[in-house]
Amino acid sequence: MSQATTPPPPDETRTAAIIRPGHSLSSVTDKISKIVLQRHTPRGWFIGLGISFALVMLLLWSLTVLLVKGTGIWGLNIPVGWGFAIINFVWWIGIGHAGTLISAILLLVKQDWRTSINRFAEAMTLFAVACAGIFPLIHVGRPWLAYWLLPYPNTMDMWPQFRSPLLWDVFAVSTYASVSLLFWYVGLIPDLATLRDRAKSRPWKIAYGVLALGWRGAARHWDRYETAYLLLAGLATPLVVSVHTVVSLDFAVGQVPGWHATVFPPYFVAGAVFSGFAMVVTLAIPLRKVYGLEDFITMRHLENMAKVMLATGLIVAYGYAIEIFTAWYGGSEYEMFMVQNRMKGPYATFFWALILCNVAIPQLLWSRKIRNSLLALFLISIVVNVGMWLERFVIVVTSLSRDFLPSSWDTYEPTFWDWSTYIGTIGLFLALLFLFIRFLPMISIAEMRMLVPAEEEPEEEEK
Amino acid sequence: MAQIFHPSANLVAKATIFGAAFIAAGALWIGDRVHRSPYITQAQVAREQPVPFSHKHHVKGIGLDCRYCHGSVEEGAFAGIPPTKTCMTCHSQLFTDAPMLEPVRESWRTNKSVEWVRVHDLPDFAYFNHSIHVAQGVGCSTCHGAVDEMPLVWREHSLNMDWCLACHREPERFIRPRESIFDMDWETPIAWSALDGDTRSILQAAGVESDPVLQADLGPALVEAYGIVTAQLENCSMCHR
Repeated sequence: MSQATTPPPPDETRTAAIIRPGHSLSSVTDKISKIVLQRHTPRGWFIGLGISFALVMLLLWSLTVLLVKGTGIWGLNIPVGWGFAIINFVWWIGIGHAGTLISAILLLVKQDWRTSINRFAEAMTLFAVACAGIFPLIHVGRPWLAYWLLPYPNTMDMWPQFRSPLLWDVFAVSTYASVSLLFWYVGLIPDLATLRDRAKSRPWKIAYGVLALGWRGAARHWDRYETAYLLLAGLATPLVVSVHTVVSLDFAVGQVPGWHATVFPPYFVAGAVFSGFAMVVTLAIPLRKVYGLEDFITMRHLENMAKVMLATGLIVAYGYAIEIFTAWYGGSEYEMFMVQNRMKGPYATFFWALILCNVAIPQLLWSRKIRNSLLALFLISIVVNVGMWLERFVIVVTSLSRDFLPSSWDTYEPTFWDWSTYIGTIGLFLALLFLFIRFLPMISIAEMRMLVPAEEEPEEEEK
Repeated sequence: MAQIFHPSANLVAKATIFGAAFIAAGALWIGDRVHRSPYITQAQVAREQPVPFSHKHHVKGIGLDCRYCHGSVEEGAFAGIPPTKTCMTCHSQLFTDAPMLEPVRESWRTNKSVEWVRVHDLPDFAYFNHSIHVAQGVGCSTCHGAVDEMPLVWREHSLNMDWCLACHREPERFIRPRESIFDMDWETPIAWSALDGDTRSILQAAGVESDPVLQADLGPALVEAYGIVTAQLENCSMCHR
């Protein structure tokens, strides 16, 4: 390992650059916009979209059956009234958090390596929130009355229960979705203008032109754009922490053993960032390979994300340890039983699989060799995604299925419809992602151009 | 390069973005209005019946008491729809040939009920009991309006939950003496001389001496005397059991 101090080496021996040397303003623009503007659509894209679209149909089918027959088609029972719907909701919301962290917090702390991954991470956030939002709505039993969750002047003369964290969820998630959408769209405006100027056919010029809101790249435009973007980043930053805090309060405010713990908010937020970065890595590795974006999403990006995963994974592991410690230290027999039941009860397999996925395997990321191996990183990121899903399963199901009264115990088993709805939302997520990478620039062209070293700027005119 | 948009596109864009807020707000407002309108609630909409039974004629004209037909209103949850037999107590003698009454006579012959159209139908998830309301001073006309003026019955009020809660939150604004429940002409302020002895002593105990008596004085005194616990009237499980 070379310990070069001055000058920083331009090669990839120590740390890879965030953009491969040799790029100019026009080559960056060409490379990214070509993916969107090219006539030819790769066959793999059609296959990928086709499969995900089939899964979207599975989702619609499952939702239709649900609407016709009701939540009885799921594996829910009393006492396990929160099954897959809540597990999947928390899982998807958590995944979204990486996008907000990358785009908002890393922008404010001036981490320029965020630039090439923020756009698709934000898109991932939006699509994950869309998938997450489905679950609480269909979980309410009568989804056509889900608007009752909103406070509005109604003929019942009633307000929703403002003391319930479930209502806080409504506000947290809807704020999160709208701020994320706005942030993503504002960031897209200069790129939409680039696409408008480069598009060949008139319908596309008009489509991108309408979305670009008349962007001309004037100095005044840039000035306002930068201000708006920073303000939105400031608005989005607290959301990284607040949304999953509120989600964790859904559990922590309840008195069920295994839920009623003060460690929940920080531990949930760390878990959310953990799973979110894992999802970004899962998506980034195939994307850069298929579209030849290794110049922009370099090993430095992947290594940094691996480090974030390692750090947040350790916080999550600390959360698991503290749960066990407080159960013992608190001296509550129910809490202690809950810990034993998790480790040895009917769902022990899930618990130990979760420890393997979220605590044991991520420790491999201490090794630089692993962090620089695409295959290993990809596999670990998938393992973490599975692990974080298992975590929510363990929290929801083990606590509910064995509560205070042994006479009320029951076992939860997901049905076909639980799985089909879950897999259907994965299809929805992927289908939206496929459409996104075909029709919008998956890397911010405008921001990448700012990363191009000044001396390599050619004489060519840029729009 | 030719321009894609005419300069007027700027104005169109601003107007649509700005206008969208008003369109959305307007749509919500219209939705709310429609939801509270007689089209949805059927308030003030007279219903066709198999026999055009006129409450106006029978109550105001003849002077029948409500309980002559709705006999279980003081003991039961349901006020009761009279059987054909009740109609026949008079109509076996009166208007025996009227073609209008043929469905009643047919019901009498065949022993099959007349299928009256139900005007006041609460949702099944709302528990409602007539007897407690009648016993605690809620008069017929408070909820059902001036039935003695209705040729065909209509719903006087929307039966929306906000209407129920208006009284459950402030019963003193609507309550009347138990003795005047079936009085179709009841209204406050009411002359002292029109009140019965029990109510007078309730008012005297509450220190009310004005004449005529205002609802603002009568209501709280009756709520107190009848032992109505206003705080519990708003519990969810009062009506949703």
